[in-house]
Amino acid sequence: MTFITAISKEVKFMSDIAKQIQQPKEPWLSKLGLTPRKDVGMHPFRVIVDKEISDLVRSWRFKILIGIIVLTCLGSLYTALTNIGHAVKPGDPDNAFFFLKLFTISDGTLPSFFVFISFLGPLLGISLGFDAINSEQNRGTLSRVMAQPIHRDYLINAKFMASITVISVMFFALGFLVMGLGLVIIGIPPTPEEFLRIVFFIVLSIFYVALWLNLSILFSVRFRQAATSALAGISVWLFFSIFYNLIVKLIARATMPPEMAPERYIVAHRNFILDLMRLSPSQLFSEATTTLLMPSVRSLGPLTMEQVHGTIPSPLPLGQSLLLVWPQLTAIIAITVVCFALSYVFFMRKEIRSR
Amino acid sequence: MAENIIELVDLTKKYGSFTAVNRLNLSVKKGEVFGLLGPNGAGKSTTILMMLGLTEPFSGSVKVCGINSTENPIEVKRRVGYLPEDVGFYPDLTGMENLKYIARLNGIPEKDVEARARELLARVGLAEQAEKKTGKYSRGMRQRLGLAEVLIKTPEVIILDEPTSGIDPTGIREFLELIVQLSKEEGITVLFSSHNLHQVQQVCDRVGLFVSGKLIAEGNIESLSQKLFSTESFVVEAGVNSSGKENNGNGLEEILKDIDGVTSVSQKDHTFYVGCSRDATADIAREIVSSGSELAFLRKKEYGLDDIYNRYFEGGEVHE
Repeated sequence: MTFITAISKEVKFMSDIAKQIQQPKEPWLSKLGLTPRKDVGMHPFRVIVDKEISDLVRSWRFKILIGIIVLTCLGSLYTALTNIGHAVKPGDPDNAFFFLKLFTISDGTLPSFFVFISFLGPLLGISLGFDAINSEQNRGTLSRVMAQPIHRDYLINAKFMASITVISVMFFALGFLVMGLGLVIIGIPPTPEEFLRIVFFIVLSIFYVALWLNLSILFSVRFRQAATSALAGISVWLFFSIFYNLIVKLIARATMPPEMAPERYIVAHRNFILDLMRLSPSQLFSEATTTLLMPSVRSLGPLTMEQVHGTIPSPLPLGQSLLLVWPQLTAIIAITVVCFALSYVFFMRKEIRSR
Repeated sequence: MAENIIELVDLTKKYGSFTAVNRLNLSVKKGEVFGLLGPNGAGKSTTILMMLGLTEPFSGSVKVCGINSTENPIEVKRRVGYLPEDVGFYPDLTGMENLKYIARLNGIPEKDVEARARELLARVGLAEQAEKKTGKYSRGMRQRLGLAEVLIKTPEVIILDEPTSGIDPTGIREFLELIVQLSKEEGITVLFSSHNLHQVQQVCDRVGLFVSGKLIAEGNIESLSQKLFSTESFVVEAGVNSSGKENNGNGLEEILKDIDGVTSVSQKDHTFYVGCSRDATADIAREIVSSGSELAFLRKKEYGLDDIYNRYFEGGEVHE
C-alpha cells in the first residue's frame, strides 16, 4: 500500500514537472533576450554580439577578405565550368554526382573550390580573431567594458559568436551562390543528396575556420601586440600547410621499411605516416571534404587487395560518407574546443588593467 | 553620521613576492569626495581594481555599497561607475554610439537609451561633438565622455583613476568642478585617485595618503597636517628691516621663542621662520614691533598637501 502511494506521489511530482516544462513562465525567446522589447533592456550578451558583428562587417579587413574569397570562388567556378565537359568519363562512379564536380574539378591552372576554401579558411579565421582581445586592451576599452555589470566571459564568448555568425552567413551565401550560378549555367539541378553533401561541406568549412579563429583568439589573449599574435597565427598556418608535410616526408623516408619487407610492415608504415599527417588540421579538413564531395572515396587509408576484392565501384551513400569522416570531424571540433577553452581560461585569469 | 559606502578590511594583494597593497583598512562615507593620494606604483589602481572585483585580493575583504566585490562583482559594478586611467573608446564609433553601447550594456531600456545619452552628453559639455568619431576626440573630451558614461548608469559611487592626467589646466578645473557639483547635487560618493596634490586639495573632503601599498595617513587636509606636523602646524615668516640689524640678532630670536605656542625659531638673513603649534601670528607681530625692530612683512604659511606629500615621500624615497 505504501509502495503504491509512494509511486502515485512520484507520478504526481513528475507530472508537475512536466507541466512546468510545458508552460514556462516566460517564453524562452525573451529569456535569451531575442525578442526586442522596447521597455526592457536587451541582454548584454546580445548587445556585445550585435556590436561586434557590425564592427566586423564595417571593417576594411572584412571587405578585403570577402573580395579575395569572392574572386577565388568565381575563378574556381569558371575553371570548373569550362572543364566540366571533359570531366565526365564513362564508367566513373562519380557521374551520378555531376553537380558536386562544380566544387571539385579543375584543369590545373586554378585550384578547385574546396581547395581554395581549405587554403583561405585559415587566413579568414586568423584575420578575424587575431586582435580580438589585445586591441581592446590597447585601445583602453577593455577595462571600460569590464567595469560594466556584465560577466567577464561575455566579451570573449560574444567575440567568438560574432565572428562565427559572420563566417557562417558568408560561407552559406558563397556556397549557395556557387550552386545557383552552376545551376543557371549547366542547367542540371542538384539531387537532394548532392544538396545535403554541399550543406555538410559548408558546415565542415565553418568548423574548420572556427578552429583557426579560436587559435587566433588564443594568441590575442596571450600576446599584447596585435602584430605578434597575427604573426603567430600565420606562422602556425604556414607550418602546417608547408613545413609539416616536408617533415612528415623526411620521417617517412627515414623509417621506410625495405622493399622486400612483408606487406603488413609496408601497410603499417603507410598507416603510421598517415596518422602523422593527420596531426595537421589541414590534412583532417582535406580528407573530410574529399570524402564528402567525392562519394566514390570509400576509405581514407590504404586498402589491401583482399579488402577491395569483390566490391562494386559505386559511390557511398551520404550516411556512409559521414561515418567515414566522423573521426576527422570530431578531431577538428576537439582542437577548436581546446583552443577556446585555453583562451577562455587565460582571459578569465587575466588582470584587467587600463592599457 | 552617514554610513560607510566603501569598506576595505585588511586588504592585501600580492604579485609573487611583491606586495602591492598591504593590509589596507579604509572606509569612505556616503556622499563624500575622497582622494587617494600617492606616487605612481603605490597600489592605488590595484586597490580600485579590487573594489570593482576586476582582480582578486590575496586576503582581506572589500565591500562596496554593502556588497562583497570579490564574490559579487556584477552587483557592485551595477552601482559603481568606474573611469579608468587613460580611458579609451572605440575610435570608429561616434561619441554618441560609444555612450549608447555602454547604456545598453547596463540594461537601460531601449526607449530611454537615446534620450539619456543625449542628456548626459549635454551635461558634460559634449553635445556638439556627439556625432564626431571618438578617434578624433582630444584627451579632455575623451575624459568627459568617460564621465558621461560613468553617469549613465546612475551610480551610487564614482571611482575615478587619475582622471586629470594629460588634460590642460582649464580642462582640469572644469572637470573637477563638474565632479564636485555632481557629488553635492546628487549625493554621489566620489573616490578619486591622483598623484597631483593641488587637484585633490581643491575637491576632496578627505584624503588618504598611500605609499608602497600602505595607507599611512587619512583625514581632511587640516587633520592630516596636524597629524604629520603635530608640533608645527603653522609657520610664520617674519621679515625684519635691515635698519634694526644691530639690536635684533639673537635678542629677537629669544623673545620669539618665549611666545606661548612657539616651538622653533630659525633665522636666515633678515627673515625669521617661526614654527608654532597654534596660530600665533598676532603675538609674533606684537613682540617684534615692541622689541624695537622694524617689521617688513609677516606671512602665515599653512601646510598644503605639497608639504605633507614632500614630508612623506622624502622618507619614502629613501626606503625605495
